Amino acid sequence: MTRSNFILLALVVGIAALPMFGGSYALRLGTIACMYGILALSWNVVGGLAGYPSFATAAFFGFGAYTAGVLLGKGVPLAVSVPAAGVFSFVLACLLGAALLRLRGHYFAIASLSLIEVFRELVNNATDLTGGGMGLNIPLTSTAGVMADATFFFYLMWGLLGGTALMVVVVAGSKLGFGLACIRQNETAANMIGLNTTLYKSVAFGLSACFVGAAGGVYAAWVHYIDPSDVFDILYSVKPIVMALIGGLGSPLGVLIGAFVYLGLEEVVWRNYIQIHSGVLGVLIVVLLLFLPHGLMSLRSRLLAWRPKRV
Amino acid sequence: MLAAQVLINALVLGCLYACIAIGFSLVWGVLNVINLIHGSFIVLGAYLAWGLYQSLHISPWYALGIAAPAFFVLGYVIQRLILNRVITAPVLVTLTLTFGLDLILNNAMIYYFKADYRKLTLTPPMGSVSLFDVVVPIDRLIATASALALTGILYLILRRLRVGRAIIAVRLDRDAAMLMGVNVNSIYAIAFGLGAALAGCAGVLMALIFPISPLTSTAYLGKAFVVCVLGGLGSVSGALAGGILLALIEGIGSTLIGPAHATTLSFALLIVFLIVRPQGLLGRKGFE
Repeated sequence: MTRSNFILLALVVGIAALPMFGGSYALRLGTIACMYGILALSWNVVGGLAGYPSFATAAFFGFGAYTAGVLLGKGVPLAVSVPAAGVFSFVLACLLGAALLRLRGHYFAIASLSLIEVFRELVNNATDLTGGGMGLNIPLTSTAGVMADATFFFYLMWGLLGGTALMVVVVAGSKLGFGLACIRQNETAANMIGLNTTLYKSVAFGLSACFVGAAGGVYAAWVHYIDPSDVFDILYSVKPIVMALIGGLGSPLGVLIGAFVYLGLEEVVWRNYIQIHSGVLGVLIVVLLLFLPHGLMSLRSRLLAWRPKRV
Repeated sequence: MLAAQVLINALVLGCLYACIAIGFSLVWGVLNVINLIHGSFIVLGAYLAWGLYQSLHISPWYALGIAAPAFFVLGYVIQRLILNRVITAPVLVTLTLTFGLDLILNNAMIYYFKADYRKLTLTPPMGSVSLFDVVVPIDRLIATASALALTGILYLILRRLRVGRAIIAVRLDRDAAMLMGVNVNSIYAIAFGLGAALAGCAGVLMALIFPISPLTSTAYLGKAFVVCVLGGLGSVSGALAGGILLALIEGIGSTLIGPAHATTLSFALLIVFLIVRPQGLLGRKGFE
C-alpha cells in the first residue's frame, strides 16, 4: 500500500471521532462530508482511473435514494434497503456501462448527462410507485431521540465512506486498477493486447455506482423526504468532479481532501451568500479550472519545484 | 385531421428546435466544446425580448436585430477571455468550465428577474390561421419562419463568406487550416460568438411562444443535446433534420402515450442514437 493510500484510510478513521467534539451541527456537517467523500471517491474510479468523463453520479444517487425510499416505505428494514440500493445500482450500472462505455469523450459525457434526465423523468411519471413530483415521504427508521438519530446516520454514512475508501484502495492495487490505467492511457492498445476493456470499464462503472447508490439510500432515510428534482440534481454529478479537480485527478487522497475543502467552501458560501450561492460556486469552478487545473496536490510538487517532476 | 395537426405542429416546433440547437452544434463542431451555457443564453435572449417589449414597446421582430450583435459580442468576449485558456484541455475540463459559467449566468438571472414565469404577450394578439381543421397561431408561424431564416443565414455565412469557409476549414482540420494561414483563435471566438448570437435570437423567438424563466434553461439545453445527436454534429441540414425528427417524435409520443412521457422518450432516443448511430442522421462517420 502506498503512503498516500495509508493516509487516506487514517483520515477516514480519524473522522469517526467527530461526534466527540461537536453538537448536532457538526454531526450534520460530518454526515454530508462523508457523503461527498463517497461521491468523489466513487467518481474517481471511473473519471480518474479510467479517464471517462462521467456525469452519471446524480443518476445513481437518485436511483439509490428512490430504491431505498420505496423499500423503506413498504416496511423493509433499513439493514436490507440500503444494501439493496447499492446492489441494484451496481447491477444497473454494469448493464448500462456495457452499452454506454463504448462511447468516448464528448459522446459519453452527453450520454451520461442524459441518463440523469431519463431517470428523473421515469421517477416523475411513475407516480404510483414513487409519488412522482409530489415526492416520497420515508417513514422514520427509529424512535430514538434526535441526537441519537443524527449520530446513527453519521456512523452509517461514515461506514459507507470507509467501505468506499477500502474499495478504492483495493481497486488501485489490483489488476482491475492496472487495467483501468491502461484504458485511460490508450484504450485501443489495451484492447489489442487482450485486455477485456468492456468488462473492465463496466465493472468500474458498476463499482463507482454501487456506493453512490447506497449513499443515496442512506440520504433518503436520513432526510425522510426526497423528490425527483432534489436527488436527481445535476449538481450531484458536477460536485464530485469539482472536488476531484480541487484535490487533483486520480489520487484518492487528493480527491477526499478535495471533497472536504469543497464542503468547507460550500458551507461558508451558503451561510453568507444564500441568494447567490450557485453563482459563487460557478466562480469557484471557473477560477479553479483556469488557475489550478491540476488541483491542490499539484501545489506540493510546485512548491518543491527542485524535485524532478513526474511525467 | 388529428394526424395533420400533429404533423403541422411538429414542423412548426421542429424548425424552432433546429434554431435552438444550431448554435450549440456549431460550437461543438468547431471548438469541440460542449457548451452548457447555451440554455442560459437562450433564456437571456428571451428576457431581452421581454424587457424591450415591456419597457420600450420594441416588437420582438426588431429585438432580433438587437439580440444578434449583443450576444455575438458577449460570446466573443467569453471565448477570448475565459474559454480560450482551456480550449485544448480534455472534455471534462471544458464541460465543467461551461457549467460553472452557466451557474453564474443562471444565478444572476434568478437574482435580477426572480424565478417567476413571465410571458411576452403581444397586444393586440395576432390570432391564428386555420386551413381545413388545422389551426396554427400566427405568432408561432412567424417565429418558425424567422427560425428558418436564421438557419438559412448561418448556412449562407458558412458557405459564402470568407470567414465561414475558414470556420468550416478549422472544423475539418484544425492543423491544416492553421498552416493555410487561418487565425484559429480568432475563428474559435467568432464561431463561439455566432453560437451565442444564434442562442440569443432563438431566445427572442422562444419568448413569443413559451413562458420565460431562468429555470427553463436546462430544458432548452436538453433539446439542443438531442437535436444535435439525432441530426449529426455541426451541419446546418443535420440540425434541421434532427429538430423536425425530435418534434415529430415528441408530438406523436405525446398523442399516443401522453405528454408526460415525451421527454423520457426523447432522451431514451438520444441514448439509443448515441450507441447505434453516433454520427447522427445526416452525419458521416469519422467526421467529428
